[in-house]
Amino acid sequence: MTASAERTEPAPAGRPTKVRQKKYNRREALAGLAFISPWLIGFLIFTLGAMIYSLYISFTYYSLAKNTATPAGLANYQLLFEDPKVLMSLGNTLYYAVLAVPLELIVALALALLLNGARRGAGFFRTTFYLPKMTPAVATASVFLLLLNGNQGAINKFLARFGIQGPQWLLDPDWIIPSIVLMQLWAVCGTMVIFLAALKNVPRELYEVAELDGAGPIRRFTAITLPMISGALFFNFIVLTIAALQIFDQAYLLFYRDNTMAAPDASLFYGIYLFQQAFRQFNFGFASAMAWLIFLIIMAISVVQVRIGNRFVYYESER
Amino acid sequence: MVTTQDRLPAAVGPLVTEGMTPPPKGPPRRSIAADAPLTARGKVGQVIRWLALIVLTGMFMYPFFWLLSASFKPRGEVFDNRLIPLTFQPENYVLVFQELPLLNWIGNSVFIAVMAAGLVTITSSIVAFGFAYFNFPLRGLLFGFVLATMMLPGAVTLVPQYLIWNNLGLVGTNVPLWGANLFGSAFYIFMQRQFFMGLPRETFEASRVDGLTYWGMFWRIALPLSVPSFIIIFLFEFQASWNNLQAALIYLNAGSPEQYTVPLGISSAMVKYSPTAGGHGDYQYVMVASLLVTLPMLVLFAFGQRYFIEGIATQGRKG
Repeated sequence: MTASAERTEPAPAGRPTKVRQKKYNRREALAGLAFISPWLIGFLIFTLGAMIYSLYISFTYYSLAKNTATPAGLANYQLLFEDPKVLMSLGNTLYYAVLAVPLELIVALALALLLNGARRGAGFFRTTFYLPKMTPAVATASVFLLLLNGNQGAINKFLARFGIQGPQWLLDPDWIIPSIVLMQLWAVCGTMVIFLAALKNVPRELYEVAELDGAGPIRRFTAITLPMISGALFFNFIVLTIAALQIFDQAYLLFYRDNTMAAPDASLFYGIYLFQQAFRQFNFGFASAMAWLIFLIIMAISVVQVRIGNRFVYYESER
Repeated sequence: MVTTQDRLPAAVGPLVTEGMTPPPKGPPRRSIAADAPLTARGKVGQVIRWLALIVLTGMFMYPFFWLLSASFKPRGEVFDNRLIPLTFQPENYVLVFQELPLLNWIGNSVFIAVMAAGLVTITSSIVAFGFAYFNFPLRGLLFGFVLATMMLPGAVTLVPQYLIWNNLGLVGTNVPLWGANLFGSAFYIFMQRQFFMGLPRETFEASRVDGLTYWGMFWRIALPLSVPSFIIIFLFEFQASWNNLQAALIYLNAGSPEQYTVPLGISSAMVKYSPTAGGHGDYQYVMVASLLVTLPMLVLFAFGQRYFIEGIATQGRKG
């Protein structure tokens, strides 16, 4: 340290000396920049540049045919509030997220707990639970389209055996969003795997001690398991929420694949409407304004989640 | 302070980082007391658990069996929910190739997925090495940008990216479906950097002394050590690309059906056979196609299960 400190130039006057001057080896710095240059170029063009451009065209009327953008002022943003479909699709999307995310968390956690306690065969069951996650959405949709059929679908046939009259899943506006939630739940096991990893990491001794103290299974779950996996719970919560707010594939495949058919209002999600505005109507300015609105909403929700999460999440490293 | 990283097996440990608070993954602990003999109550518990797991497996696997049997049924019987077809029609598997350009779709999707996954694996690793090993000005800030792009909703850059590809005259080709991967992808850069950070620096210092170039260090030392995370990235991206519906809708929908990818193709087939669009309800072909495009994913999972589970368990992944 002393040798190199002597070679370091003295800090310029007026600068606090405690700020250690970073010294870069010129060759190394250049090599580093060369290594990251593919990302840097892509970032400047496809992310940062694209974001700035997106902001710009959100204030214009963009004509794809002429490749021109005429200034529109705030018109696109005003339209966000005037177009009832924006609010409707936003409402559908939030409703979907509120319904889907907790259910996904609960089902995934329940499955993980069930698997974690199995003495034998956990690997086999984990594999079978995971296969739906590997199935392309288009295949899932083509099967569920028929499973969810209100009259002949296997799900309602199954319910009928117990004397339950199943709903018209894909026709009744009240059941459209739950149908999509159901499809998502079938493929929930990516989330389950994260829980499973967290559960495996809970020290077994904690349970043994708690059991000696006379804690029952429920108490053990709330006092040990939940706090110990709160990190994973929180992580899944955020990731699933962001994914839910951007839902597209399932709704598109079930309701929007066929242009000749009118889709029910309840299936119009924000991502679908944005896609229609951008690539069916080619209203690029309006679509960009829509994109920035959902961007702000996702950011706001994430910030709130992180705030809440920081109060409840138990990090082992902070002990 | 013992961080979670210290307790991780070397292969996956460095993937975990403080920033995203992923679930900690510990040394493989046997679930429950696998070594202790079970009490009578414990045995009953295990049996109930097994029964629940078997029922659940039935629920998760049912759509696969439904799909398999539907793919062997003639028109009109596709929806009858029989798991053993009344009329067995294996020729569906031959006819589907005359009915639909399925081979083209699979060929296109394989090409795109290999390009997308291959490029993103290589480039992300190069960039990650730049961030992990070298010291250069603004490194912290730039890496902050990498992390930030992971949170960015795709909608914000959707329109400008379309305009970029449009100006390059590449809309209608499959280049936009893999081209941006040439610049790496934030999530994988992050993941791979964590891995490289876990490698002992002395290995590299020694090789420098031996006269290896920076590129040689990456190519000859860092790469061979990171084969497992290489495989994880490749598999994740291959799957993501294989399932990518939205990009295909944006860039290929206007073209000829021969240019479609698997998700877009099957989505169009669902419309083609729909009576409302003038079809005759030959949904058995949709089922055959759905099954055939799901199989490669299941095979991929069969061979790469360890990597999928490891990758997801350590990182989490949206969706």
